[in-house]
Amino acid sequence: MAQVNVTIDGRQIKTESEKTVLEVAKENGIYIPTLCHDPRLKPYGACRLCLVEVEGAKEPLLACATQVADGMVIATDTVTLHEIRKTIVELLLSNHPLDCLVCESTGQCELQDIAYNLGIEEIRFEGERHTYTIEDFNPLIERDPNKCILCGRCVRICQEVQQDFVYDFAERGFETIVTTPYDRSLIKTLCEFCGQCISTCPTGALTERLSRFKGRVWETKKTKTICPYCGCGCQIELYSKNSEVVRVGTEVKSGVNSGNLCVKGRFGYDFINHPDRLTAPLVRKGRKLKKASWEEALDLVALKLSEIKKKHGADSIAFLSSAKCTNEENYLMQKFARAVIGTNNIDHCARL
Amino acid sequence: MTNTIADIAQAKAILVMGSNTTEAHPIVALSIKQAVSENGAKLIVIDPRRIRLVDYAHLWLSQKAGTDVAVLNGLMNVILTEGLEDKQFIAGRTEGFGELKNVLAKYTPEYVEEISGIPADLLREAARIFARSERGSLIYAMGITQHTTGTDNVLSIANLAMMTGNIGKPGTGVNPLRGQNNVQGACDMGALPGCVSGYQNVCDQRTITKCKDLWGAKLPEKPGLSVVEMFEAALRGEVKAMHIMGENPMLSDPDLGHVEKALRKLDFLVVQDIFLTETAEFADVVLPGVTFAERDGTFTNTERRVQRVRKAIEPVGDSRPDWGIICELSRRIGYKMDYSSVGEITDEIASFTPTYAGITFERVSREGVQWPCPNPDHPGTPILHAEKFTRGLGKFHPVEHKPPAEEPDEEYPLILTTGRYLFQYHTGTMSRHSRGLEEMCHEARVEINPADADKLKVKEGDWVKLITRRGKIKVKACVTERAPKGTVFMPFHFKESPANVLTNPALDPVSKIPELKVCAVRVEKAGSRQ
Ligand code: SF4
Ligand code: SF4
Repeated sequence: MAQVNVTIDGRQIKTESEKTVLEVAKENGIYIPTLCHDPRLKPYGACRLCLVEVEGAKEPLLACATQVADGMVIATDTVTLHEIRKTIVELLLSNHPLDCLVCESTGQCELQDIAYNLGIEEIRFEGERHTYTIEDFNPLIERDPNKCILCGRCVRICQEVQQDFVYDFAERGFETIVTTPYDRSLIKTLCEFCGQCISTCPTGALTERLSRFKGRVWETKKTKTICPYCGCGCQIELYSKNSEVVRVGTEVKSGVNSGNLCVKGRFGYDFINHPDRLTAPLVRKGRKLKKASWEEALDLVALKLSEIKKKHGADSIAFLSSAKCTNEENYLMQKFARAVIGTNNIDHCARL
Repeated sequence: MTNTIADIAQAKAILVMGSNTTEAHPIVALSIKQAVSENGAKLIVIDPRRIRLVDYAHLWLSQKAGTDVAVLNGLMNVILTEGLEDKQFIAGRTEGFGELKNVLAKYTPEYVEEISGIPADLLREAARIFARSERGSLIYAMGITQHTTGTDNVLSIANLAMMTGNIGKPGTGVNPLRGQNNVQGACDMGALPGCVSGYQNVCDQRTITKCKDLWGAKLPEKPGLSVVEMFEAALRGEVKAMHIMGENPMLSDPDLGHVEKALRKLDFLVVQDIFLTETAEFADVVLPGVTFAERDGTFTNTERRVQRVRKAIEPVGDSRPDWGIICELSRRIGYKMDYSSVGEITDEIASFTPTYAGITFERVSREGVQWPCPNPDHPGTPILHAEKFTRGLGKFHPVEHKPPAEEPDEEYPLILTTGRYLFQYHTGTMSRHSRGLEEMCHEARVEINPADADKLKVKEGDWVKLITRRGKIKVKACVTERAPKGTVFMPFHFKESPANVLTNPALDPVSKIPELKVCAVRVEKAGSRQ
């Protein structure tokens, strides 16, 4: 990678030659609107919003598909560019439901943000509108092609990253639609329900059924943590509202998973606030387990373990620790078995 | 893993054995698929079942369950016969190759075909592809370890990696995928009968001294019991009390009938968990713990990366983080465990554990670190054994094929093997309480090959009885080519049809892992659920 110098909007920037104009701009806090771009995917150049002017080029170039070269002088926000972008977005909006009031995507919708950033107050075009009715009976993924802007991100993430090839473009012209083979429900396709397509969709065309009406993104707190399922250790973000986890997301390009997730990591979170969670200690009284205070329960355990140790020796007690618990808890559990009780009878289900 | 998840993408050949990667480790599967589609890697899948990963593979070798050592020896036999081994690596970095050679001699592809059912030429082709590729990665999971020959299987994989020089470089390595999110951490932390944290042996004088100095405690002298042994000891009346934290042996362990008897026999059982699990039902005291979302701490993933877990919400109801519960118990028994925050425990781990010595709470909160990390300035170790092995030279351990503990016979004519579904996880404590996952998949099916199903007059969706020497269960049939002839498969997630009623508790003599992947079974058509 060679070092190059470029100028973007009058700013001198040192960078590497293999990067695209879009990447360099982003790294330097310069905003270029995009709709079809996702750093997990190859550049595609479908939305044409990222057009920039480069000195010496006859026409505006796509920032997502143009690599920087030494001495390049780039303008990202001229009157011409603004007008092109406005026209593109207005055309998109002329065939969009605009039910932002109840759309699940509001607040995290890239189309909404761009319309706002471009200051679009009226839509100059009036034309035909789609009125698709698609019902896909599956518990996880809501599909609304009326909100699809044909950026192809879901098609591409399913092909390039997930490699399940579930979606593709069908029909032509105004009738173009992203759909499954024979318009089948996702359940009847090879879909693995990873939800990667939802994670990349810039609008409300693909959304999560489980989190519907559970909270606007600005009402939720984001906490970066690790997925509780398999040993990959994917980085996830828990979105919580009023002590309830309502959604799982990722930071694109971060963690061992680079922002990708599988179905368990993305959709397997509502056990956290499940009504059947144990919320108080239970102590067996007669044949039944009855609610008890922490004091009572802990005293009883301490007493019993001490008694049994005294009577039968420390090795008559055995401990199972957990692959679900943290390192700290596992460390303490073995310390408890060894230093406090005095036995090496400790294991966990690594082997199972 | 000796290597990282990300560097799988740099491999030129990938051999996946005993891992249903797309379902059990989907994100690792993405790296594998990427290596194949973007970088032209050749993928070889060795698995009795036609798992989804086969769709992306160049070769699929379907071996009879329980014949892995023979298959691996066969691959090495071909490599040796055709002179494809990495002579430089063998000469410079290993020892014991001569002994290995002697053992390999008889494992000709033809001989291996008799044992495993893999056509000799297919085995030859796989061996050539793997040995000729510049960088080869070996990936495996429980399909390799859950056998009475589990340790032998792992040794054979290591033999193959060393023989082809696939150690210590990106895109190579011996890469076991750990099934649960913190299995690696639980092992690292010494939740094992034979070692304290960092695999420090309990019999080693240095460990004993350390425990005395840092814990102020006398370390018990002899190694303890492993899971399966604990239940046996309970049945014999030697173990009187158990304290189980966040585990559900009543679904996960082999021969559940046996486990249940053992739990009933205990004088006292404490269970710490988030739901009233099948195991907690037997408890005398149940202590409500919290989920990952309600706690701080660290997890260690399958590539040895220690990562920060952050609390998102307060503990639900009156539940408490497990570390707090242990501290309270300890105080009551008269040993002070005083930590004002989780971070203090993380830092104690660093001071106690050489491999974690550089991993403080503050550091891990900034970035994940891969152990070994001996001091705070050490960058961590993405790739193990880069310059030399822990013991200096890598040692070849020649192993012979041994049949599984139980083989099909007239009474139990088929093989039963178990595993996981994409939409469910382990005993289902989390996934079955997740509405979306449960709706996607809420029951077990036993996968049976159409030829076997025909013989039994079983059709898709019919109820069948599975009977082994341990017990019997009813389950619906899924007639599919995914299952090879003579072998049926079922998942162990579901309490309604608990596969582990059937499985064999025979143990690997070294690792003490039960043979969950092979036992003999009889399938009968059943009228209905009852
Ligand atoms: S959920 Fe995953 S597999 Fe299914 S369509 Fe979306 S990206 Fe493809
Ligand atoms: S998101 Fe999926 S692949 Fe990643 S850790 Fe969770 S269960 Fe494993």
